[in-house]
This record gives sequence, C-alpha cells and structure tokens, in this order.
Amino acid sequence: MALTSGQQAAYQGLACALLYLSEGVPKDLSAFDIDICENPPMTMPVQGIKPAIAPPTMWICEHCDSVYQRRVLACGEVARCTRCGALLARHHYLGVRGMLALVLTAMVVFVQANIWPIVTLGLNGHMISTTLWGCIVMMWHEHSQVVAIIAACTLFFFPIGKMLLLGWVLLYARQGVRAPGFRWAMVTLHQIGPWTMSEVFVLGTLVAIVKAHMYFDVVPNAGVFAYGVLMLIITAFASIDVRELWDVTVDRPA
Amino acid sequence: MCPRCGSALHHRKTASYVRCWALLIAAFFFYIPANVLPIMRTVSVGDVDDNTIFSGVIELWVKGSPDLAIIVFTASIVVPVLKFFALGLLLISSQRRSGWAQRQRAKLFRLVEFIGYWSMLDVFVVALLTALVQFGFFSQVEPLPGVVFFGLTVVITMVASMTFDPRLIWDGRDYDD
Repeated sequence: MALTSGQQAAYQGLACALLYLSEGVPKDLSAFDIDICENPPMTMPVQGIKPAIAPPTMWICEHCDSVYQRRVLACGEVARCTRCGALLARHHYLGVRGMLALVLTAMVVFVQANIWPIVTLGLNGHMISTTLWGCIVMMWHEHSQVVAIIAACTLFFFPIGKMLLLGWVLLYARQGVRAPGFRWAMVTLHQIGPWTMSEVFVLGTLVAIVKAHMYFDVVPNAGVFAYGVLMLIITAFASIDVRELWDVTVDRPA
Repeated sequence: MCPRCGSALHHRKTASYVRCWALLIAAFFFYIPANVLPIMRTVSVGDVDDNTIFSGVIELWVKGSPDLAIIVFTASIVVPVLKFFALGLLLISSQRRSGWAQRQRAKLFRLVEFIGYWSMLDVFVVALLTALVQFGFFSQVEPLPGVVFFGLTVVITMVASMTFDPRLIWDGRDYDD
C-alpha cells in the first residue's frame, strides 16, 4: 500500500513522539514496534515534521520494522536489531573519498580481469586460453544461451554498472552534492546489488583449474589474479552501506 | 511514494506468500531435470563421458582434491536443497502465524539470502571448461541442458527469497515480550 507524504509524515511524527516520551530508554537501543503506535495519544506533535528535510533520527530494521533511535557509532561498532538480530548499521572506516578510491581501483582491476586471459590449457603442445567474454560467446554458440545471458549479466553488465553508478555518485558526493540522477542511481544500485557474482566466478575458476589439471597442462594467466584482487575489493565493499550517501549529501541548490 | 528516492512505499511486500510459493514450486520443477540431466559432456579421443552435478563432485573427490569436492558439493547440492527446505519452512510456519523460534527463523532467512548465489559456481565451471577445452578430436567439453536448468533454478530461488517478506515471521504471537 502506498502512503501519501502526509501519512508518512504522520508515521514519522508518531515514532518521534514515542521515542521522545521514553527518553531514558533509547540509550540502550530498545525496540519499538511501529505497530504499537496505531492509536496515538492526543498530545502528540504530529504536524510540522517534514520527512524530506528533517535529518534522519531513527533506524528502522529492514527485516522486522522495529524502530530505534539513531546514535553515532564508535570505531568498529555494529548496531543490530534487538528483536531479530539483523544488521542496522555499522561504523564505516572509509569516507566518501576512500570509497571513491576503492571504486576506481576496482574499475582498473575489472578492466584487466576482462581483457587478460584467465587460464591457458595445454595439450600436446597445443595451447588454448580464454577470457570471460570467450566463455560467454562459447556458451551462446553451444546452445546454452540462457547460461550465456546469466553469465553476461551477473559477471559483466551488473558489476560494471554498479561500479560506474557508484563512481558517478561518489564523484559528486565528495563535495557533499547529489549527482544528477542521484535518486535513480541509488535505487538501481540497490536493485542490482544481489545480482553481481564476480566472487563466485573466482571460485569457479579455481574449481575449473583443478578439474582441467587432471588431463591438461594448466597455466593460470594474469586474468585470474586480477579476479582474485577484484574479489578482495568486493569483499571490502560488502561491509559498506551506500545508503549513508543519502545522509552526507544534499540536493544541489537550483 | 518515498519523498527521498521516489520508490513506492509499502507496508509489506505485495502478495509475498503467493509469489514466494509459486516461485519455489517453479524452481523445484527446474531442479529435478537440473540433477537428472547431465550438465557437461567430455569427449576425449572418441570417448564420450556425460557428467551430472553429482558425478562431477564424485570425480573431483576421487581424482582431484577432496577439499574442493566439499566446496562444490556444498555450493551445488547442499545450498539449493537447504534453500528449498528453509523457504518452505519459513512459508509454512509464517502462514500458521507460529511464534516458534522467530529469531532463529529470521536468522535462517538472512542465511538463505546470503548464500543463495553461490550455487552459481557449477554453472561458471561448466562455462569455463567449455571455452577452454576445445582440442577438436583429442578433447572437447560441451554444455548439456542440465546446466541451463540448474542456472534457472538458482535464479528463480534467488527471486523467491527476495519476494519473501521477513516481517511475516513476526506476525505470529509474540512470546518474547
């Protein structure tokens, strides 16, 4: 069900007021289920809170809708939902600049991983090597077009889209400004998030090397090392919550 | 609409039970041929050898390295089966509004979401071997229909776990208050 902005303001107002009423409690991050506040007491200041302008003061658990008052996390701290245990937020070591540097590195490594061959096989002096696109084209010609499309999307288009969008957004975020198309970029990033599988491909390469090693001479090429580095960068990125960018940037003055 | 990002707001994901059940059942129908049909054909000097997912694991265990065999076994057999059981369990228990082990079930859901895409491992292995082993008469690897079904199973189970709304777990009687 879609909420109007008025309803949304009301909900946020209710949650704010609830937290305000129980001032002593939020320090230990106790949970408030949003369902509790369906019958508001008459004294609540429902009006006058504009969700688009007011700085976010709460965390809402993505998994069970419990509401918490935000607080600044110290180095290494992780906030979890007391009800379901899901991650609410974690302290970020990297600022916007650090993230941008990481994305640029990932882009360079990604290009290398894609243009250099991954592995070379040898049999009776005959050598064959391949790249990611070699695999995709081969699967297409071998009547497995579905697999070719899945591989092309999850190993090439989504990862590169993710890096380009993130790079674009971060480039502007350095000045605390939202890039043109910021909304669209952030929503798209959220949607393609689970569909990038480069790290699975690295493990797949390892298994393929071991399998091929039973029958052929195997020479790992530069591509596989580039993929290894890419995997490390992706792991570093996994702990970063890009939603934070909504808080550190503002819309450009018209 | 969200005033910030423009996405539609919703109390709950739309028709979560129906969609999740439908996708789970569809994935299960794809999963049967994925396991029965061979995923890869190895031809070497006229010798034809068809491999299913399971025989691939056994081959790796016997000839190569048992540690990698365990990884492949986990990714291509344990994870999909676990996903079917876990999502089925979550759906049934939430539909009964059960208050049983809510926290653990919430954790189970996050586990399913996290490990889901690692099942793609075998699909990528077949793709790489197909591209690499092209020595004509001496040795050749071809993908077989099993790998297509398997890839689809993984994608559909991933979509299924995305349509499940974890908030449904908490709709039951609350025992923890």
